[in-house]
Amino acid sequence: MAVKLLLENDHIEGIRYYDTYRKHGGYRAAEKAFKMATADIVEEVKKSGLRGRGGAGFPTGMKWSFLAKPEGVPRHLVCNADESEPGTFKDRYLMEFHPHLFVEGLLISSFALGSNHTYIYIRGEYAWIVDILEQAIAEAKNNGWLGKNILGSGFDCEIYVHRGAGAYICGEETALIESLEGKRGNPRMKPPFPAIQGVWMRPTVVNNVETIASVVPIINMGGEEYAKIGVGKSTGTKLLSACGNINKPGVYEIDMTISVEEFIYSDEYCGGIPKGKRLKACIPGGSSVPIIPANLLLKTAKGQTRYMNYESLADGGFVYGSMMGSGGFIVLDEDQCVVRHTMSLARFYNHESCGQCSPCREGTGWMYKILKNLEYGKGKISDIDLLWDIQRKIEGNTICPLGDAAAWPVAAAIRHFRDEFEWHVLNPDESQKRNYGLAHYADPIHVPASA
Amino acid sequence: MKIQFSEEKLKEVKELISHYPEGKQKSALIPLLHVAQDEFGGWLDAPVMDYVAEILHILPIEVYEVATFYSMFNMKPVGKHLLEVCRTGPCMLNGSDEIIDYIKEKLGISEGETTADGLFTLKPAECLGACGYAPMMQFGKTYREHLTKEKIDKLIEEVRGLAKN
Repeated sequence: MAVKLLLENDHIEGIRYYDTYRKHGGYRAAEKAFKMATADIVEEVKKSGLRGRGGAGFPTGMKWSFLAKPEGVPRHLVCNADESEPGTFKDRYLMEFHPHLFVEGLLISSFALGSNHTYIYIRGEYAWIVDILEQAIAEAKNNGWLGKNILGSGFDCEIYVHRGAGAYICGEETALIESLEGKRGNPRMKPPFPAIQGVWMRPTVVNNVETIASVVPIINMGGEEYAKIGVGKSTGTKLLSACGNINKPGVYEIDMTISVEEFIYSDEYCGGIPKGKRLKACIPGGSSVPIIPANLLLKTAKGQTRYMNYESLADGGFVYGSMMGSGGFIVLDEDQCVVRHTMSLARFYNHESCGQCSPCREGTGWMYKILKNLEYGKGKISDIDLLWDIQRKIEGNTICPLGDAAAWPVAAAIRHFRDEFEWHVLNPDESQKRNYGLAHYADPIHVPASA
Repeated sequence: MKIQFSEEKLKEVKELISHYPEGKQKSALIPLLHVAQDEFGGWLDAPVMDYVAEILHILPIEVYEVATFYSMFNMKPVGKHLLEVCRTGPCMLNGSDEIIDYIKEKLGISEGETTADGLFTLKPAECLGACGYAPMMQFGKTYREHLTKEKIDKLIEEVRGLAKN
């Protein structure tokens, strides 16, 4: 039986509302936390080994301990709910169905960090979730969990929901801060890091929704117990949003010890691929991480079983592996065209580039145009090399990671599926009528149609 | 149309501004632009943006540069209902291109265009965070998910029916 910490109460009707949440053990962690010294809360989070669930995987406790505390300067916790990485929809699920778990996590984290005014920066399109969150915040406030002198601790806290307006770049923490200040979402140069100068030049911690929600079980069970779940440096549980060509798309909580094969084919999770089709490729951690072919997805280059955790998914580096990223698990079946799919992602990054750095602003546009030519049978073999050259010159040459995020999917697609790109060039007419399918694989891949 | 919020809207605006520290009222810009766009015809005309600038005591250019950056703000008139169909990776894998083509054919408009009756604008969108429920679109404040041609037909009929009454 898989361990569930965040979605433990998923089956309980009305868990969205305060009374039900409270009845099922809600706000117990907050009660416990308010009896602790704030430094001890940070210590528990450190011990838990929790890593940021937004995609970068940076240790949360360490991030918290960097927060500057100059005398007389307010500091802020800002929650990144700008979920926009293609393939990722887990934070939406948490906020929509477990808003009080989220609010409780925000409350404990705000207390630990000394944030009297905490902000949820939510993507503008999640408009109906704003109402759900505001209702949960109002309920929490009516029951004494927010406002002045919470539980007689002398600590005051307000949580505000701030709506964005459609910009992927605002998921990058310094762009998010700029946007929260009422500006264009142009990322800032670092340093100074937000922990020193963040929103309104005040010390700021920016954490993802799932990261904040995970603080609740960590306080309830203690950091050490939490760290026992999972494996190695992949501690605790992780929410995965599974999509693409699978039978059961949705949000799943895993303890990071299951294999990729089990995740795709088990009925408990993705339930296999529709119509018994075969697996072609997968992007295991949101559109920015490298796409990998079926043979390297289920087994590492060394032939070992690949598991759903930070280390195993990254095994082999970018040449033979990928990344856990944000947990956006996108499956492509045998009927999908890698060129077309890459083109779709290139259009996305071109649309979302903030335009500040020329390698990203210009490069994402060039990549999209070249991929469009390749997809529509108007490409040349030299275009594939040009594409490789452009992505290489974007990577590492921009202020924020959007440049890398745009470059990696293109690089990985060419690295693993160059033959499919070439086939498009050499068969311009045929490629408009049918897909390359599984021709990439010398042997029929040894992947069961169903588990 | 006179560009002026109602008393009720002004209260909402004041509440939004109060979320931010004193002197940092510019932080309320994006939330206010949402209110203004909903209130003044679904798009942000220059006088509307100037009005928001006035409320926040900032320069009009500070509003223009923000409004043009974010894809939810419309810089030209749009139909009464926006059909914002996602076409990024996971939606594409599940047939979003066919859905977009079907809407184009059914309504006789191209991407970014509005129907002659002013009811619909087709606005293809990039990832809206509903990849597991693909193909999907944003329709007003909520999402329409697991789209099919039948669901599109039904939605369009409903809107047209309401418009007649």
